[in-house]
Amino acid sequence: MWVYEKKLQYPVRVSKCDPMMAKFLLEQYGGADGELAAALRYLNQRYSIPDKVVGLLTDIGTEEFAHLEMIATMVYKLTKDATPDQMRAAGLGDHYAAHDNALFYQNASGVPWTAAYIQAKGDPIADLYEDIAAEEKARATYQWLIDLTDDVDLQDGLKYLREREVVHSLRFREAVEILKEKRDEKIYY
Amino acid sequence: MQKMLDENYYKLLHELQAVDFVLVELNLYLDTHPGDANAIQQFNQYSQLRHQIAHKYESQYGPLKNFGQSYSGTPFNWIDAPWPWQV
Ligand SMILES: [Fe+2]
Ligand SMILES: [Fe+2]
Repeated sequence: MWVYEKKLQYPVRVSKCDPMMAKFLLEQYGGADGELAAALRYLNQRYSIPDKVVGLLTDIGTEEFAHLEMIATMVYKLTKDATPDQMRAAGLGDHYAAHDNALFYQNASGVPWTAAYIQAKGDPIADLYEDIAAEEKARATYQWLIDLTDDVDLQDGLKYLREREVVHSLRFREAVEILKEKRDEKIYY
Repeated sequence: MQKMLDENYYKLLHELQAVDFVLVELNLYLDTHPGDANAIQQFNQYSQLRHQIAHKYESQYGPLKNFGQSYSGTPFNWIDAPWPWQV
């Protein structure tokens, strides 16, 4: 089961109302390489992966939900004072028509999240390689998002999230090595 | 109803976030390096420290966790704002 802790993993601050940046951030909310996809991908892969790496998938998958909450907080803070006119000017007029200022699991272009973004192949190496690629894509997306804003407070939170994906990628690479060692043991003994 | 958030609130919250960062990092590291006794010792040491900071935070600002993982005040103050995205 999961227990909720009433705090963010890392402080989220923004220095201005900026619905256009909120729109871009949705890429990491409901996008293919976003935090929802990451959390659901890793937690779902656990059931068919060797015991040795279930702990890692559980922990990173859980941490991704904390990242999802941070992105939601960024979007919330960037849009909570936005008027319908400001939402429209930011390209969120169609979003406003359907959701007001509510959050919705979609990417920056408004495409709803889909399970087709994530895979569980039943092959541990294939799954972990997908996870490494997902982390690298998430890291790159965070870099592009940092480049898109001049809000240093927002950049601070995004840089934290970018660095987390670097660590996740490293840990998944180590998990691949652990499984390869195990596989080789099986072959020789 | 939103409680007044003073400077001390943010100081304690940041302390907790800092120690939890160390713990997440050590946890993920240990997931792939389970034999590192030094890291395990650090992990347990920081786990104890996080307990103390969380206790201090909760005694002033209310429960951090649901489902009985934190004690409640009267009335049931788990449901009190602020929620994480509101601070
Ligand atoms: Fe993440
Ligand atoms: Fe990640």
